[in-house]
Formats: sequence, structure tokens, C-alpha cells
Amino acid sequence: MKRINTVKELEKVIRNYRDDLVRNTSQDDQEGIALIKVAMATCSIAAGSEKIYQTMSDFVKKRGVHAEISKTGCMGYCYAEPTVEVTLPGREPVVFGNVDENRADEIIESYIKMGDPVPGIIKRDYSTPDQVL
Amino acid sequence: MTNRQLRIALRNCGSINPERIEEYIAGNGYLSLGKVVTGMEPKQAIQLLIDSGLRGRGGAGFPTGLKWLYAMNSEADQKYVVCNADEGDPGAFMDRSILEGDPHSVLEAMAIAGYCIGADKGYIYIRAEYPLAIRRLKIAISQAKESGLLGENIFSSGFSFDIDLKYGAGAFVCGEETALIHSMEGERGEPSLKPPFPAESGYLGMPTNVNNVETLANIPVIFEKGADWFSKIGTEKSKGTKVFALAGKVNNVGLIEVQMGTTLREVIFDIGGGIREGKKFKAVQTGGPSGGCLTEKHLDTPIDYENLVANGSMMGSGGMIVMDEDDCMVSIARFYLEFSVDESCGKCAPCRIGNKRLHELLDRICQGNGTDADLERLRNLGEVIKDTSLCGLGQSSPNPVLSTLDNFFEEFESHVRDKKCPAGVCRDLLEYFILEDNCVGCTACARACPVGAITGERKELHVVNTAICIKCGACMEKCKFDAVVLI
Repeated sequence: MKRINTVKELEKVIRNYRDDLVRNTSQDDQEGIALIKVAMATCSIAAGSEKIYQTMSDFVKKRGVHAEISKTGCMGYCYAEPTVEVTLPGREPVVFGNVDENRADEIIESYIKMGDPVPGIIKRDYSTPDQVL
Repeated sequence: MTNRQLRIALRNCGSINPERIEEYIAGNGYLSLGKVVTGMEPKQAIQLLIDSGLRGRGGAGFPTGLKWLYAMNSEADQKYVVCNADEGDPGAFMDRSILEGDPHSVLEAMAIAGYCIGADKGYIYIRAEYPLAIRRLKIAISQAKESGLLGENIFSSGFSFDIDLKYGAGAFVCGEETALIHSMEGERGEPSLKPPFPAESGYLGMPTNVNNVETLANIPVIFEKGADWFSKIGTEKSKGTKVFALAGKVNNVGLIEVQMGTTLREVIFDIGGGIREGKKFKAVQTGGPSGGCLTEKHLDTPIDYENLVANGSMMGSGGMIVMDEDDCMVSIARFYLEFSVDESCGKCAPCRIGNKRLHELLDRICQGNGTDADLERLRNLGEVIKDTSLCGLGQSSPNPVLSTLDNFFEEFESHVRDKKCPAGVCRDLLEYFILEDNCVGCTACARACPVGAITGERKELHVVNTAICIKCGACMEKCKFDAVVLI
């Protein structure tokens, strides 16, 4: 990454990254891209998330799914590892728990490709700093 | 706000890719550092932190802003910022999760601390057992340096700050800041008497500011949103949120972050989903080996530093272990004490010898050899260890014993007077018994018994002679009819 020399430059970089994110996720037509995040802290990896990440990456590549997959840290749901978060274009993020190979397949085929609900969603019950005025 | 959790320290954890600085930056990352180093005097920035009311999340709850102020006021050519990532409570993983999920927030906060106290060098003291956190920190540091957000002349302000890692070998006592500093210097990880505090004389004898991982993770947000914003969250004396590693007999074991002032009931029953298998809640242990057990009557107590201490426990770093009716509180106290005995560095006698003696007393009680005088001794010895130990480890190690004595005295009495363990955990106090209704007289148990303690005719009820029984459990293993029980 280029060196950031001033606060103004940083603000510009922040805007650019945000625009990229918004462009990717806010459109609900073919242009939009689904974001898949696999929780990969030490504990998630111990629960098998490395394999889930591989499996889902392969599915995305081989089946030509319009999605980007990335690794993230602990989502906090130890009781339901491995956990995967999916954000479809124009929709709220959804977390799936206890993901195995079959469920990974189901998430890709039903939820990401068709937008159909898939069981096993963990209800998000936290606020972020931006939601506290 | 209807959500039960509020994630400030964990705001990015599980949502950004920790190995990409771009994703941290997209959430206003390093903007607080930029604003502080280009637009605020160190004094002004420290005042903001004091006004926010942030207190140390490592356990003791000392006001973070004041700690920075003392380090700023110490005059020296060289000062240091240290991040204490020596997380060691059994069952606690808050700091590891933050470092693995959001390393940049810790780096940014350390740089802000460096600017405020006048340090250009920071160290993260992290245990070698956290290889993934170490790897992600290394990636984060090199990305931040490449972007000019760490290193020389940050934001063209003239302020420079560099961060390196120091590895710990996993001794619990090294979480105590003076022991941590000795370990960093290559000395034995033993605490020393305070004062002098690290803010005056710390790493290599220079003023050093030591903050815990979670404390640091809050700081970029506080500078972004302001002191007023932060101080509105939480209770009168405990501002903000606390991360807990919720474990034990709850349905939803997990990493959670709640506002200070949330009750234990909300944490255990609402967020935690209640006790597993519909069993009855018995106690919750907070503060790890330094904390204590809270019971049913504390369920509606709002969680904050003062309330937990007033009820015989402490905030600690955030381990929260839930127990149900099947847990024996005497054994639990013994478990935590065993940990402290193992981890005592041995420098001072009260902790080295006192905890050992305390542990022996508990052993005796669990084996059915305890007396009423032992219960008295437990309390007296515990108080003496607390009052006379050198550092926080010894001063708090009797807490699990004292708090269980306070809250579960009748369980201790059963062990001592009736020689019974009500929860059915202490093996020495249990006896094998064969249920008449289930026993079919198959003789499997009698054949398995290595000492011939089981007698009975074929197809008739078998009986255990408890005087001979060595409690090996072979009979129970062999029985196919669930006829052998422990009572």
C-alpha cells in the first residue's frame, strides 16, 4: 500500500475503500457481489474452519458463483463453530452456524445463488459503536 | 437499543479480515491516531481519556487516563509503551480473539499512548502459545509501517513510533506488570514491590506505560466518538463495555461484550441461553484464579468493578465460567487454588507456602479427612495470604476459597461433618451401590472387581462391600443395566 502522509490523505483512502465496499454490496442486480466471511481465529480453526474456507473457495471458483470469500477473526459464537457470514447484495449480513461440507454447499446453492432462506441462522444480538448515539 | 450486546472492543472482530490493513482503515482506522498526533496536545488527549472514564480491562480497573498521565509526567529521555497480552486465566480468550481478529486497533492505541506519554517505542508482551495472534500482529505491524502509520514521522507530525513483539513463556504471574517487565528484560518473571510504579521506573528503568489488550482496543473508538459518548455507556463508576469469555455449563458458550451494568442473569440466561440440559444454575466464577464465585442471589447484580468486588469476586480479565448443580464447589475452589500453587513464582513466602498449605487443607476436606478446625484454618490462612503477599497473584489467590466458603458453607460442612459430597464429585466421599431394581444378577460386576468386594448369587441382587471397595469403577463400567451407581 502507498504511504499515507497526512490525515487528509487517510480520509481520502477511507472514502475510497468505503466506496468500493458499497459498490460491491449495495446493488441488487447482477453487478453486486456476495461477501462470504469465514471465522478463523485459533478456536474456529480448531473446529474445522480451515476446511470450510477451502471447500467454499473451491465451490465459488468451480461453480462460477458471484462471490468474494475472505477470512475474519472470532465472531463470538463458540457453540456453533465453524461459523460463516454471508452478505448478499443489498441485504443485511447473515451468520450461519455449525457449517460442514453439506451446509456449505446448501449455503452456496440456496442462499447465495437463489436467495432462499437456509436454516441454522444465528440471530445477531449486538450493536456496534455507530449504532449508539 | 434492543440488542443485548454492544461491541466496542470487538467492533471489528469477526467482521474484517485481520490480515488486510485496508479493511481496518475502511472503518476509520488510524483516523484517531491522525487526529491526535496532528491536532491535540498530549495533555489534552490524556484529559479526554480521563474524562471518558475508561478503566483497565486486565482486572484491577485502574483509570487508564491517570496511568498515562503519570507516565507523561515522569521525565526521561526514553519511555516505553507496553501492551500486556499475557492472557492466562483458565478459560479466558478475550485478548487472543482481539489480537487475532483486530490487531490494528491495538497498534493504533499503542501509538496514541506513545504520543501522549512521550514514548517512541512500544512492545507487545505476548505468550508464545498464541502463534496465530503473533503471526497476525507481525503482518499488521509490517503493513502499518509500509503505510507510514507506524515508524518515522507519522502523518508528517514529527512523531515516530515503532512496535516490536516480546514473547512470554506462559507463566501466569507475568501478567502482573512488574513481573512482565522483568521477563521482558530477560530476568526471572517475578514481581517486585510497588512503588516504584512502572510509570516512574519500568522497562530498563525507564517510565513505562502498561495496558491490557482489551483496554487498548477501546481507545481508537473513544478518540473517534469522544469522551462524552463513551462515558454515557455503562454505570456511574464503570464506563463502557466488558468482553467476557462465557464458558462452562451454558448453552451458548461464546465471546460476548456487554455494557457495564448488565446483570449476570442477562448474560447467563439471555445471551448464554441458560444452563445446559435444563439443569439448575448453581454459581458463576468470574475473575479466574483471582476471582470468586457468585450465586443465585447475585444474578440480578449489575456487573461492574465495584459490585463484583463487594460480592467477593472481581472483574478480572473476563473469564466467566458457569456451574450447575453437578459441580462441587469445594472441588472448584481446589481447582483454582491448584492453578495458583502451580503458577506462584515462589518469591514471597505467603504465596509460596501459604497457598500450598491451603491446597493441602482442601485436599484433606475433599478426601473426607477434614475437621471443623480446618474450616476455620482455611479462612484464617486465606486472609493472611491476601494481606501479606507481594503481588496481585498472592493477594487474590485465596479469593476462590474465601468466596465459596461465604456462599457455599453448607457444602464444606457436608464434606467435613457428614463426609458426603452433595454434588457427587469428590470420589473419596462417594460409595458404589447396586440398585435392586436394575440388577439382574449377571455377575459381570463381581467378575470385574479386582478386590472381590462384590458378592451375590447368579440371577440375584449383588452387593458392594464398601469396606473393601477401592473405588476403581470397574464394576460401573462393566454393568450393562445401569445398576451400579455412585452415591
